[in-house]
Amino acid sequence: MSLKDFKNGLIDENPTFVQLIGMCPTLAVTTSSMSGLSMGLATTAVLIGSNLVISLLRKFIPDKIRIPAFVVIIATFVTLIQMFMNAFVPALYASLGLYIPLIVVNCIILARAEAFASKYGPVRSMADGLGMGLGFTAALTILASIRELLGAGSIFGISVLGSAYKPALLMILPPGAFLALGILIGFKNWITRKKAMNN
Amino acid sequence: MKIFTLLVSSILVNNFVMSRFLGICPFLGVSKQVETAVGMGAAVTFVMAIASAATYVVQVSILDKFGLGYMQTIVFILIIAALVQLVELFIKKASPTLYQALGVYLPLITTNCAVLGIAILNIQMELSLLESVVHAVGAALGFTLSIVLFAGIRERLALADVPESFQGFPVALITASLMSIAFLGFTGLV
Repeated sequence: MSLKDFKNGLIDENPTFVQLIGMCPTLAVTTSSMSGLSMGLATTAVLIGSNLVISLLRKFIPDKIRIPAFVVIIATFVTLIQMFMNAFVPALYASLGLYIPLIVVNCIILARAEAFASKYGPVRSMADGLGMGLGFTAALTILASIRELLGAGSIFGISVLGSAYKPALLMILPPGAFLALGILIGFKNWITRKKAMNN
Repeated sequence: MKIFTLLVSSILVNNFVMSRFLGICPFLGVSKQVETAVGMGAAVTFVMAIASAATYVVQVSILDKFGLGYMQTIVFILIIAALVQLVELFIKKASPTLYQALGVYLPLITTNCAVLGIAILNIQMELSLLESVVHAVGAALGFTLSIVLFAGIRERLALADVPESFQGFPVALITASLMSIAFLGFTGLV
């Protein structure tokens, strides 16, 4: 059961490519593979924590005030991650800057709390959080790698295209984010349609 | 002078949607018609201005004073959520027509990252109360400008012949990319 929940978030209902939610960090921090990956992992950590706590408390939180209660739980985990990153990876924390506290308003997290964690047990909720989080991480890393490859000729800071490659700076500037994501989602739609036609 | 620079830079140069990527959800979600885009822009402007003032006061008079800076995220999101509720109640009583126009968008604003974003940015940039409010209004006007322009393009786009795989979201993103290139032209203005 848990395995199915995990795979559901990772592939079938991938937050970025299928549900199209959580777009702000997806576009903002994908200027390099490293920041895309770390943003994804930070979000995953918050998602697992908030899903677990909300699932454990689901019978005690009154229905009427559930949204504010969820938001406080989520904000608590975000604050923990903020402090943790500030202490152990200060350079990374500085480069992600504003977008770490903004994990609070990432729709993926509240959506999973509302749609999943408030209905199912802690183990399944954690599996769901892990799947959704890693699905988000994978999407961010793919997008970030494409942008870094075209915009700087490297992936994870390692030069791939060599020094003869003239970087397309546009790809790491804001327009590149919209462009790369648009083409990527269009491409995914095209594959899905091809598959459907073959069946 | 600083106030004016702040206003221009937040509307055009550091446009919230086009260069900071804040408020992308409503930008992509409620930009199918110009009319609704204007409504969303107005609601966001209103909430952002009030939220900036409220969070500034709380930051200075409570968080800084008692060394509770680490509570910033939790406190700010609660203030914004409460404020949105309050604004909703107030508008409902004071002007039912405006409430009718904005009604649907108001609750959505709580999870609009532009609002929490501006509150945190104001503190990070160490602005004064007046500057914070000006910055918020500028950023919100910038948001309104881009969402209204984008809605205008999308109204046309709905009639265009787009490859099937790219219909809807992908082509909207590519359009946004072109708009963003145009906004890059403002770099170095101030």
